[in-house]
Amino acid sequence: MPPLAELTQLIVFALLAAAVLVGAIGVVILPNIVYSAFLLGGVFLAVAGLYLLLNASFIAAAQVLIYVGAVNVLILFAIMLVNKREAMGASPGVGLRRLLSSGVCAGLLLLLLRVTFTTAWATPGPPQIGEGAVIHLGEHFFSDYLLPFELASVLLLMAMIGAIVLARRDVLSADIATGEAVDQGLIEKSRTPLLMEKTP
Amino acid sequence: MSSTFTLDLETGFRGLLEAGGIGPGVSRLIWLPLPMLLVLVAAVVGVLVTVWLERKISAAVQQRIGPEYAGALGILQPLADGLKLLVKEDVIPARADGLLFTLGPVLVVVPVILSWLIVPFGQNLLISNVGVGIFLWVALSSIQPIGLLMSGYASNNKYSLLGGLRAAAQSISYEIPLALAVLAVVMMSNSLSTIDIVNQQTGAGILSWNIWRQPVGFLIFWICALAECERLPFDLPEAEEELVAGYQTEYAGMKFALFYLGSYINLVLSALLVSVLYLGGWGFPLPVETLAGWLGQPIDAPLVQVITGSVGIVMTVLKAYLLVFFAILLRWTVPRVRIDQLLDFGWKFLLPLALVNLLVTAALKLAFPDVFGG
Repeated sequence: MPPLAELTQLIVFALLAAAVLVGAIGVVILPNIVYSAFLLGGVFLAVAGLYLLLNASFIAAAQVLIYVGAVNVLILFAIMLVNKREAMGASPGVGLRRLLSSGVCAGLLLLLLRVTFTTAWATPGPPQIGEGAVIHLGEHFFSDYLLPFELASVLLLMAMIGAIVLARRDVLSADIATGEAVDQGLIEKSRTPLLMEKTP
Repeated sequence: MSSTFTLDLETGFRGLLEAGGIGPGVSRLIWLPLPMLLVLVAAVVGVLVTVWLERKISAAVQQRIGPEYAGALGILQPLADGLKLLVKEDVIPARADGLLFTLGPVLVVVPVILSWLIVPFGQNLLISNVGVGIFLWVALSSIQPIGLLMSGYASNNKYSLLGGLRAAAQSISYEIPLALAVLAVVMMSNSLSTIDIVNQQTGAGILSWNIWRQPVGFLIFWICALAECERLPFDLPEAEEELVAGYQTEYAGMKFALFYLGSYINLVLSALLVSVLYLGGWGFPLPVETLAGWLGQPIDAPLVQVITGSVGIVMTVLKAYLLVFFAILLRWTVPRVRIDQLLDFGWKFLLPLALVNLLVTAALKLAFPDVFGG
């Protein structure tokens, strides 16, 4: 590999790694939840860039499609549809809580760092398959990884049916929160009509 | 084209530089930005032409004349429009979120321009023949709704927010049938690469184009592409009678121009991809090999290669602009659908249809491997 390409790879790796780290810290720290959600999209994109740097272009594209295009958009949707701007009052013992949570996080970080430094990483790793990755992934999905693949599909199907049942109130006989009888037809009838009848 | 000599500009250009005493690394560095610049210019010129076509065709549909003073037949009108937007004041509303407001249009335009990476104009005439090819476009086009949500939210305006939410909902709904329609084509050509997809459609000229084997997929793809581009009858995110201009309401000057540019680049790109996926890409209705045989010319002669290369570019652009013409005609012919009709149509009709199309294609591929790709 010519030195120019190696240097470019190094610079790109440093930029992407910095973007992932700064972005992830921003997601956690920023007080505005909308900024956090947008930054999360940026972090996902930077991770896709890292995959690209590892010659795994299919995984990178799938990362963009699923995490940025679906997961992050859904998060944003949820935030914007429930856009309650309530001022967060100072909850009691906020200092202690922050201390505790940062302690847990620091412990986790130490644990991960220890694992990273004590593991005997096989360098260089297995040979890159590059463009042939799609075929290999497909073969694995339909042979030795068939069961996890199918289980994940069934899990997703269950989640989807559950979400539809929750969203369609006419299937439920009673509201989950209030316990009152709910019927979609009744709700629609009880609404005030948009055009009032003209009084003579 | 499996000939020994094919039109390869990179080798030729770098050979020329290296003959002049420039190292291979530097010549590669000089070469790299050239195709990107060329495609960027092509995309912008494509947009100018499309804007002019839109104005002229809409005028013809409504029995008007349309722009006529700026240049012959008003051909310079889009340039004048662009210049006007360029020098307009760039307003950011006082209560808007300045950072997200600026970032939104950028996030809308950049993925669209990046997608031009995979559009082939000939055997070697594309920026990069990446292995994931068409999947890259599907993935990149899913970034756009984030930019739309961002600009809708940052405008701090209820119409903008509604427009952004509608755009994202529409984009997510129509992405799935779109990807399934692409998947059926990919299954037939055994590759995600746009070059392989076109090569699989050459051989018998117009008869081997995918539109004959994937008529339903073609319709699904075209409908979904119109919905992704927010063209009528699917322009709900900017429905002017309901939402002023949707997520664009608060934008002015260059930021508005970015949205405008993005939507038209996306339209041209979608038309180009329809021609690549279903209409044989750069292929001439008669196979060029047969034509060269009739004229008694060897297919790998340099002059013949240059001519076939030019014919390929002309064919790609011609097919794409035919589709753009249909899109413009549709815009001024059909009424807008309602949001519930739009979502019902996407989820309850197009999605099952695309799944059935995929299943039938798989079955046909197993039954007739000669016709539907082995």
